Amino acid sequence: MNAVSSFIEAFASGKIRVVDLTQTLSPEFPYIALPPEMGQAWPFRIEEVSRYDERGPAWYWNNFSCGEHTGTHFDAPIHWVSGKDLPNTATDSIPPERFIGPACVLDCSRESAADPDFLLTVEFIKTWEKQHGQIPAKSWVLMRTDWSKRHDPVEYQNYDETGQHTPGPDVDAVKFLVAERDVLGFGTESIGTDAGQAYHLRPPYPCHYFMHGAGRYGLQCLTNLDQLPPTGAMVVAAPLKIRNGSGSPLRALALVSS
Amino acid sequence: MTQEISRPRKKNPVLRTRLPTLPPAARSRIALGLTAAAAQGRFELQQCGECGSVQYPPREACQSCLSTRLSWKEQSGEGELLASTVLHHSNDLFFRERLPWRLGLVRLGSGPMVVTHLHGDVPAAPAKVRVAARLDRAGQAVLVALPDKETPHMADDRQLREFTCDPKFRKVLVTDGKTAVGQALVKGILKAEADLVWVGHAEPWKKFTGLDELQIIPQVTLVPLDLTDSKNVRELAAEIGGKVDILINNSEYHRAFGIANRQGVETARAEMDVNYFGLLRLAQEFGPAMRSRGADGLASAVAWVNLLSIYALANFPSHGTFSASKAAAQSLAQCLRAEMRPAGVRVVNVFPGPIDDEWNQLLPPPKIAPQSLANAVVKALRDGIEDVYPGDVAQEWLERWRDNPKALERELAA
Repeated sequence: MNAVSSFIEAFASGKIRVVDLTQTLSPEFPYIALPPEMGQAWPFRIEEVSRYDERGPAWYWNNFSCGEHTGTHFDAPIHWVSGKDLPNTATDSIPPERFIGPACVLDCSRESAADPDFLLTVEFIKTWEKQHGQIPAKSWVLMRTDWSKRHDPVEYQNYDETGQHTPGPDVDAVKFLVAERDVLGFGTESIGTDAGQAYHLRPPYPCHYFMHGAGRYGLQCLTNLDQLPPTGAMVVAAPLKIRNGSGSPLRALALVSS
Repeated sequence: MTQEISRPRKKNPVLRTRLPTLPPAARSRIALGLTAAAAQGRFELQQCGECGSVQYPPREACQSCLSTRLSWKEQSGEGELLASTVLHHSNDLFFRERLPWRLGLVRLGSGPMVVTHLHGDVPAAPAKVRVAARLDRAGQAVLVALPDKETPHMADDRQLREFTCDPKFRKVLVTDGKTAVGQALVKGILKAEADLVWVGHAEPWKKFTGLDELQIIPQVTLVPLDLTDSKNVRELAAEIGGKVDILINNSEYHRAFGIANRQGVETARAEMDVNYFGLLRLAQEFGPAMRSRGADGLASAVAWVNLLSIYALANFPSHGTFSASKAAAQSLAQCLRAEMRPAGVRVVNVFPGPIDDEWNQLLPPPKIAPQSLANAVVKALRDGIEDVYPGDVAQEWLERWRDNPKALERELAA
């Protein structure tokens, strides 16, 4: 029996469970906010074309609009200036095998609840590895913060007069994951792969800077990470094939043993 | 003396809501000159350029010397009430429902004799009066004789209230409470004794200056409202649309760009999405409910206010895409006015010059203060004015635009 037929058999017999890591795309879901003088990404918006009515008697459909970085979405390396000159870094040119990969889920939910500005450190990663083994190369590293359980947009965005306060990795953790663990990418539950206050890190937005600078990917606004095992889940995260796209909303799924 | 109106009793929900009717609306093209002035709160009559006589009703030629050299001149309205009568019967649907109705015959100081609606505080003839041109529910100018001096609760006169959009005891939606203008509007409208105010705020996770102050006002209810989100507008209208008596659309998106100094269309599109499509979304969702309540008692649905810009008249190239979005909004507001008129709901368009806010930071004064803009809106509602050009810059631009639109185009491009 070949590998795919074993998979089909395992899937058919219910040995594999699918976990949806995707937030519902809706106008209410928060979106990234930049200073108002800068260009702004479109939030998700939807307009009805017809609904079995005079605009189209037998069919219902909508037009929707949004930016490439809306809802649960994929960041391609070309998104960041550090990744702009690398080969195969846009949504249409990334080799498709990169869209499937194993996941290591680092549970930072307790730390993030205690401190919304929590930064994931190398020390935290090494402690995790002592328990679950070394992060294998070409893995997604997913930072579980339970941020997706903040259903109130105000709580989710968590702004005050100094900006956003959400957890993320620190500079050294990102460098370590890229250089020492050769990860596929980094994923979070909050609005960005970087912490809310990451503009004040050196360099600003280290996860974007170093991950994309090394041709790695990002996933953000993930949900249901609490349903994944620390290791052993397979993530399927394929962005839309937008020509020269910097990212795209997507349906992120994880396959886990049931 | 006018009895001060008291807070209307709660509506009896088992009774049918009275449908709006309108007073007679037909006017000749010449007579619309009276309406054009009244729309801005002025009383103008034709004066003859040959013999100097002032005439009423408006005609194609001078009634004294047949000259056609007539021009519209502002009138003080001073006059003397010669006789008054009270109407107890009418076959006109609008007046039939509002009887008794007081009418007067006034000799204006400038000459003509006019029939007017008569304020309750004007004593029996002979009496000094001040005649004003007001828009009625059909949107046409009529003459109203007011007491020559202010009387207590004068605005509460039952007949006068049919011509105004007084916020007193009315429920108001201000679509954007995040701006200084929005906050001044909320406070101004409450000072004018509005019953309550719903205050919209988009992107509720972005804390804004003045939020705490708004939140503690007991008559204020904050509602998430983003005019770019059709579902949001629809759901808010479903929730409160049937209670909004005055809608003030002050939401705007403003960036200071022309064509050449900003790449791409994203900023311009965002301006159109709020300034033009936002108005369209609001009008589609709130319009029908307001139209159905145009005659709903003492606190009926009565007015829709749009914060436009003097740049809607002529493009200000350094704020070129913003100007274009406001011109589009003005055109749509004219459509809305036509659609709201059958219900007697007035569409008030406000055309300020530059507002003293962060998006006009680099423009030199004079810039209109948010407070002055809010005062102008409240005054327009109280006086029943339809086109408002608040502040010196707006007035000057209006004057120059009227005089020679092409000259203004060149001047603004300089």
